[in-house]
Amino acid sequence: MSDTPLLDKLEEGRWPSFVKEIKRAAAKNPAARDLLGIVELSYKDKITHWKHGGIVGVVGYGGGVIGRYSDVVGKFPAAEQFHTMRVNHPAGWFYDTKTLRKVCGIWEKHGSGITNFHGSTGDIILLGTKTESVQPCFNDLSEAGFDLGGSGSSLRTPTACVGPARCEWSCFDTLDLIHDLTMTFQDELHRPRWPYKFKIKASGCPNDCVAAIARSDFTIIGTWKGSIRINNDEIKKYVEKGVDMKADIVDRCPGSALSFDEKTATLSVRPDECVRCMHCINKLTKAVRPGAEKGAAILIGGKAPILRGAFLSWVLVPFMEMKPPYREIKDLLAKMWDWWDENGRNRERIAEAISRIGLKEFLKAMGMKPLPQMVKHPRSNPFVFYNR
Amino acid sequence: MARTDIGPPDFRTMLPEAIRNNYGKWLYHEILKPGVMRHVAEGGGELYTVRVGSPRLVSIDFVRDVCDMADRFCDGYLRFTSRANVELMTPKKENVDGIIAAAKALGLPVGGIGDCISNIVHTQGWIHCHSAATDASGLVKSIMDELYDYFTEFKLTSKLRIAVACCINMCGAVHCSDLAVVGVHTKPPKVDNERLGKICEVPSTIRSCPTGAIRKNPDGDGLVVNRERCMYCGNCYTVCPAMPLADPDGDGLAIFVGGKVSNARKAPMFSRLAVPFLPNNPPRWPEVTAALKNIVEVYVKHSRKYERLGEWIERIGWERFFTLTGIEFTEDHVDDFTTATETYRSSMQYRW
Repeated sequence: MSDTPLLDKLEEGRWPSFVKEIKRAAAKNPAARDLLGIVELSYKDKITHWKHGGIVGVVGYGGGVIGRYSDVVGKFPAAEQFHTMRVNHPAGWFYDTKTLRKVCGIWEKHGSGITNFHGSTGDIILLGTKTESVQPCFNDLSEAGFDLGGSGSSLRTPTACVGPARCEWSCFDTLDLIHDLTMTFQDELHRPRWPYKFKIKASGCPNDCVAAIARSDFTIIGTWKGSIRINNDEIKKYVEKGVDMKADIVDRCPGSALSFDEKTATLSVRPDECVRCMHCINKLTKAVRPGAEKGAAILIGGKAPILRGAFLSWVLVPFMEMKPPYREIKDLLAKMWDWWDENGRNRERIAEAISRIGLKEFLKAMGMKPLPQMVKHPRSNPFVFYNR
Repeated sequence: MARTDIGPPDFRTMLPEAIRNNYGKWLYHEILKPGVMRHVAEGGGELYTVRVGSPRLVSIDFVRDVCDMADRFCDGYLRFTSRANVELMTPKKENVDGIIAAAKALGLPVGGIGDCISNIVHTQGWIHCHSAATDASGLVKSIMDELYDYFTEFKLTSKLRIAVACCINMCGAVHCSDLAVVGVHTKPPKVDNERLGKICEVPSTIRSCPTGAIRKNPDGDGLVVNRERCMYCGNCYTVCPAMPLADPDGDGLAIFVGGKVSNARKAPMFSRLAVPFLPNNPPRWPEVTAALKNIVEVYVKHSRKYERLGEWIERIGWERFFTLTGIEFTEDHVDDFTTATETYRSSMQYRW
């Protein structure tokens, strides 16, 4: 009779099984074996068996390690301490196998052999080690060229979409920017000192493949000025292949900016009416491209519901050139953090501070002029705090 | 002692040659079949990508397995996506079938590109979290087993993104996914006043409650929770471990639908509550997988070309969504949080 009859049910079925993966690690490692026992117990009791994190870390940092202890005493000793290490991934999650094998070797030596590639934060998550192994593991990671990611009330590990490495739509170099910001703000990343967490994500175009608008306080999304670029020779080929330009492209344009002339098989755009949504570009990859004057918008505030409801980020800078050394964006970040440090309450994300104090006040503090691009529509109430 | 503040490895040292040569020069791409795409650069450079699903929670031997594939077919380079897929990339067309065969030999699905369900973004659950109302990895495995063919084949009118969060902290883009499963608590915290005095800061615990439901016990020591005002968010438990609210019978799952982050056609939108509560039923959560399958099938049947789930619901109206899916509309669906009035209808435009 198996010790894990409930978890064994999750080895069945076609999708690859995490239980099979824990068992692979358990064949070599007692902590992984005892993790199976603890999780099986949760499946039976329908409750978690992990307690709040304790203070566990490495010398010089205030974050990057999540302390975790089981509430099951004595029965699964090898996993009673099961701390997580967040390891900052290379931008875009690109690896060479030599480096990845090195990380595997380090985790085989110091931890359970169980990992996430990757966690929701973007980091490599090394799941399950003891307090005494945390520092030696970090030492070896550092030797291999890796560093820890963010945790707690700090800058979290910034993430980027695949960007110009493998995407024709990226309006700026998301990977270079995110690597640069990560290196520039190492102190903010490793030493929590803010009211709460702060996340930065960069997507190269409005398709937003890393969900920057929903998942980051500071959202950078590529966009452009001027007209999309249409290649009508390729449009003709799409028409020949049976694409219904009117129904599938023109009629779906949210700005009503496109026209299609059937006689000449020509697609044209009124650039002033285009909202740069990406639909025609997404569907006609060979024929339509973003405009040539490229940059990014900065939006602020994206977060999950805790505590005052979920926010999608709000437009703050409709267009910014995004070129090294990225002085403008770094200055803006520093100014925001100062304001938030001064005005934010404990466990208050920057968007919650802005919504409590008002976007108007925030813009003043940032020295920014209000723009119609920042709002869906002006206020409908007459309760203006006139300042005349 | 280790060097600190060195940051991550420079991504530029991790790029395969075909990417180094064509960085920023890509012209277009096309999806050749499920899980396979081809990028073409100015000057004719090519790159084939094969996307492979993973369980996200993996052993280091799994990582070594995919490294073996990359060594064999991709000159020793690979990448992961933000949804925990593995991407194997090669300029050689003849390597594509080999990669697919190698993935299948490892039991890994190929797909998730284009009009598919991609891998599920999710949280730690009972594997590693103190505030989890349910497990995440087990739910994901059960859901993807049920919806497997939607990952490996083109069966949808648009892409469909699923997220799973084990509590309403929602570590993941759960609030903006086409389909989202969220672990919920439904019982107020059980205050352990004996421990509270020793391990918690009382004023910050009181302040942590967004609805002001926690106050000092008027009849003695410690804190009391006003049940009427508690919305089971768990923020007090995060601040003070002596306020546990997990409960084997009270905890369950809610399903939110219709969110998206892309700007294509419609602007990004939040997911909205479709199913307020389903029982927490490990190891396979049959009620959850059946509810999701139903929503996906109704969506496939009624949506138009290119229409994301949220766009489809916006077109047909929420009242039709509830009719077509057979999901009961209850008082739980009516918002009563601070922004509630924005959701009430002030028009005569509705359907029966």
